[in-house]
Amino acid sequence: MATTTPDIQRNRRAKSASRPGDRIFSGLSRGSGITLLVIMAAIAGFLTYRAILAISKDSTSFFTTFEWNPAGNPPVFGIAVLAFGTIVSSVIAMLIAVPVAIGIALFISHYAPRKLAKPLAYVVDLLAAVPSIIYGLWGAIFLVPYLDGLNQWLDEYMGWTYIFDKSGEGVARNLFTVGILLAIMILPIITNVTREVFLQAPKMHEEAALALGATRWEVIRMSVLPFGRSGIISASMLGLGRALGETMAVAVVLSPSFLISGHLLDPGGGTFAQNIAAKFNEANEFGRDALIASGLVLFVITLLVNGAARWIIGRRKEYSGAAA
Amino acid sequence: MKLSRKNGLRASAIGALVVSGALVLSACGSDNNTETPAKDGGTAKTSAASNIDCAGAKGKLLAAGSSAQRNAMDLWVKNFQAACEGVEINYQGIGSGGGITKFNQGQVAFAGSDSALKDEEVAESQKICTGGGKGVNLPMVGGPIAVAYKLDGVDNLILDASTIAKIFDNKITKWNDPAITKLNPGAKLPDSAIQAFHRSDESGTTQNLGKYLSTAAPADWKHDPKSKSWPAQGGQAANGSSGVATAVKDVEGSISYMELSYAEANKSSTVSIATGAAAPVAATTENASKAIAAAKVKGTGNDVALSLDYKTKADGAYPIVLVTYEIACDKGNKAETLPTLKAFLNYTVSEEGQKVLSDAGYAPLPAEIAAKVRAIVPTLS
Repeated sequence: MATTTPDIQRNRRAKSASRPGDRIFSGLSRGSGITLLVIMAAIAGFLTYRAILAISKDSTSFFTTFEWNPAGNPPVFGIAVLAFGTIVSSVIAMLIAVPVAIGIALFISHYAPRKLAKPLAYVVDLLAAVPSIIYGLWGAIFLVPYLDGLNQWLDEYMGWTYIFDKSGEGVARNLFTVGILLAIMILPIITNVTREVFLQAPKMHEEAALALGATRWEVIRMSVLPFGRSGIISASMLGLGRALGETMAVAVVLSPSFLISGHLLDPGGGTFAQNIAAKFNEANEFGRDALIASGLVLFVITLLVNGAARWIIGRRKEYSGAAA
Repeated sequence: MKLSRKNGLRASAIGALVVSGALVLSACGSDNNTETPAKDGGTAKTSAASNIDCAGAKGKLLAAGSSAQRNAMDLWVKNFQAACEGVEINYQGIGSGGGITKFNQGQVAFAGSDSALKDEEVAESQKICTGGGKGVNLPMVGGPIAVAYKLDGVDNLILDASTIAKIFDNKITKWNDPAITKLNPGAKLPDSAIQAFHRSDESGTTQNLGKYLSTAAPADWKHDPKSKSWPAQGGQAANGSSGVATAVKDVEGSISYMELSYAEANKSSTVSIATGAAAPVAATTENASKAIAAAKVKGTGNDVALSLDYKTKADGAYPIVLVTYEIACDKGNKAETLPTLKAFLNYTVSEEGQKVLSDAGYAPLPAEIAAKVRAIVPTLS
């Protein structure tokens, strides 16, 4: 007996470890993980290599130049305008999309009758399935003319805020319009993730709050929103990632120029991805390197945003679904 | 839980139904759409395909470059493939810069470009063109760049190089500016702002307008004439030829520049240019050919790079033109694609090939230049 027990255990262990399914699956999943790391490292390496080629020949400061002419003699290019435009348009998009998305998610998860909630959730999913070039065409052909009126109204009544002061003529092909368009585009991703989180809010908490005589709004404020806070943040970061990198829709709608202006309603500005899309086709070898250098900056910004999101979520672990 | 899952299934089934229904509908729609142009194209093809000399053309020919000549290429490729069996020509309109890069890497048999090769690009091409050959520029397609505008009640706007430069440089901002009224006596010009649009993407069209403005109005246009992206500050921008064309169509008081075919497709009014000729010159393919005829050949040997005369005062010569080239090796082309390359370029520069251009909004090459290119193509090796 005493001698056989370890044998059986050893046999069992060896047997379970040697099942082909196990080995194949663990190999596959490990392989996937390694592949991902290799791909990311390759992208980062490629971007850095080409960016160094470009920046080493840049005659002005890469970070403060308000011009993009890598084909010129000497080559002049800088990312100041692109960084500004990318961040401003994304912030506008977040300011609009996050509150609306939370509202939709709460409505679907807690307010709407089930008959309405399901179709509504599907419609939101459909929004995510529309290709970005379609959003761009819709924005340029439909949204821009209709926003002219809103722009004039904002200029007239909100012009004192400086940012809504429209200094000249021009249709609404500006960063503000881009922000609105981006808001619509990132709405579904934020809505879906927050909705899932809200649905997972512990029923016990909600029922306890109800038992204490809380109204529905108080239930949401006391039990659902605190529970979902980290979910809201990570959903917003996912949305922000998409807004930062959106290319075609911005390229079609925006009227870019290499100027930084706080007047959001004036046509002008630019974003990283839009600039790359617009210039890549006709650029020569060096121009492409310069564009790739700007891509590297966007890559780093996106990494920072994701890192910040992880950090915030990590700090608020006590609220997350995993801990509950 | 169970209940909700059931509902989910049902809802997803409905969703699938809706989506597949939409697919079926859209499939019908696209069928209808493609049918009509195919008919038109079909008749054009049979008439044009008659006299094409295939001369050993076979297999696949890859080419890439300028998007400005893509419509012409599409037309030529269609006709050529219809006439010569077993030939497949693939021209990718990825832009002149990309086309030249691919050519110099040996990935394509020829490149299309809006501007002639630079010295360093010629030097690079010598690696690909074996046996002492180099890349040569063969002008193939010309085109007028129209200055299109939208202004109610003004049909025949006349401008000169200096006013155009000032408008696009935001020095003239009102339609009733004295400089414009002087050129248009009798026209009812409104006291409204000019909304000047330019291309937001890099483009040979922008570059050629810049070359024209800096040559014909050097005092008023001091920006880099070689820049493919918009060199001036201010103004508004839109993406691609179709983007600026739509802007001009939609926005009252707007003005922009584009290939003539885009202005015609949107029925936009185009500016006639006061060049100093007897009468202002309208933007037509015929007038563009006259201006290209005034160009000097600056290339030597087999290179036919042109130096356009933007200051031409010849009667009926429309000065804002762009010439796009095909770039191939004069010696040392790849043996397997050489016969196809020669046969195809032979066709594109032939009278028949040039004739189809004006229907697509391009200007045929003037006789003298076409004759030069016709003599060179058969000597390619």
